[in-house]
Amino acid sequence: MATIIGGLTASHVPSIGKAIAEKKEQDPYWKPFFDGFVPVRDWLAKAKPDVAVVIYNDHGLNFFLDKMPTFAVGAASEYRNADEGWGIPVLRPFKGDPKLSWHIIESLVADEFDLTICQEVLVDHAFTLPMALAWPGGGPWPVTTVPVTINSVLHPLPSAARCYKLGQAIGRAIESYPQDLRVLVLGTGGLSHQLDGTRAGFINKDFDLLCMDKIVNDPEALTRYSNREIVELSGSQGVELMTWIAMRGALSGSVSVVASTYHVPVSNTGGAIMLLDHRRNPTALAAE
Amino acid sequence: MGRDKPIPGTPIFGGEAAQKGYALNKMCFSFNQAENRAAFLANEDEYCARYGLNEEQRAAIRHRNVLELIAAGGNIYYLAKFAGIFGLNVQDVGAQQTGMSLEAFKAKLAAAGK
Repeated sequence: MATIIGGLTASHVPSIGKAIAEKKEQDPYWKPFFDGFVPVRDWLAKAKPDVAVVIYNDHGLNFFLDKMPTFAVGAASEYRNADEGWGIPVLRPFKGDPKLSWHIIESLVADEFDLTICQEVLVDHAFTLPMALAWPGGGPWPVTTVPVTINSVLHPLPSAARCYKLGQAIGRAIESYPQDLRVLVLGTGGLSHQLDGTRAGFINKDFDLLCMDKIVNDPEALTRYSNREIVELSGSQGVELMTWIAMRGALSGSVSVVASTYHVPVSNTGGAIMLLDHRRNPTALAAE
Repeated sequence: MGRDKPIPGTPIFGGEAAQKGYALNKMCFSFNQAENRAAFLANEDEYCARYGLNEEQRAAIRHRNVLELIAAGGNIYYLAKFAGIFGLNVQDVGAQQTGMSLEAFKAKLAAAGK
């Protein structure tokens, strides 16, 4: 059976892509953020996931306002990155796992999530940058991928409670997949930031740190916030917290923290990285 | 959220803005492609007319003014692609909207981490 070995969250600010391309990882501005990935990479090298299920939000590369799915799941054998208009380098394509994608889709729809099924998805920086941070160097990606998007562009957005339930349903889907696969679930985005309006530049360190604590110890506490409260507390783009909440929903029960980094500012954002170990299955641990 | 009490300085992009800003956002979405960015720069009037921008949207584009673009129904994710044409990033856009110098805006971000 497939098992979820862990959950990884990371901010996905586009300028990270530029910093990687310009080899600025050790510049004083970037170092505290990039160094947060050192323990993540060590853990990944040992835990060796086969698949990454990446929960993220598209920023107007794949989806436009003509049709805006609340939740969408990719079912393709390959996912390409493309020009997003700001000159960040286009990354190499990612392999899909269509069989697993269709299993997840079947399971989610049976679980009453009426999602959008996508046989083509252009994956944007929110998908590509956390992958490039986790597996740097430009070599072949060591995992196949399943993209899952949550609308964070056009209100009304799904609630935190709904995103948590989506994550729980994704968890059930993965753990009912008959093939032996080690699955890493990513939730990318956040934490607090606001790009638009006269409150642009709003960052709320206290709320971000509270979220990082709750995501480990009491994720259901986060599901009690309304969307308005999340926007007020973490900025209009702070709603990307939904991807973290969905990731955590997929990891049933307790987790142990492998890595946790918070650094302000990463561009306009409270930059955060967390890796949660979810291996309770003795065979998974023994195989390490 | 659209029916909730407003949050000062914080635009919520919902049905009303989406209806109002559709043409503007559609044009900005087109700036994902390099040839469209070049076509805009080559003939801005013609490019805006092709997408059917209204007077308010056309003026906001002409002024390169982000708050005006948002008031005209623009969504920040698509507007960021417009800003990208001029090599502006989200910090430049933030400084413009808050009426701060770029240096002051960056200092404000850094202060949020203390």
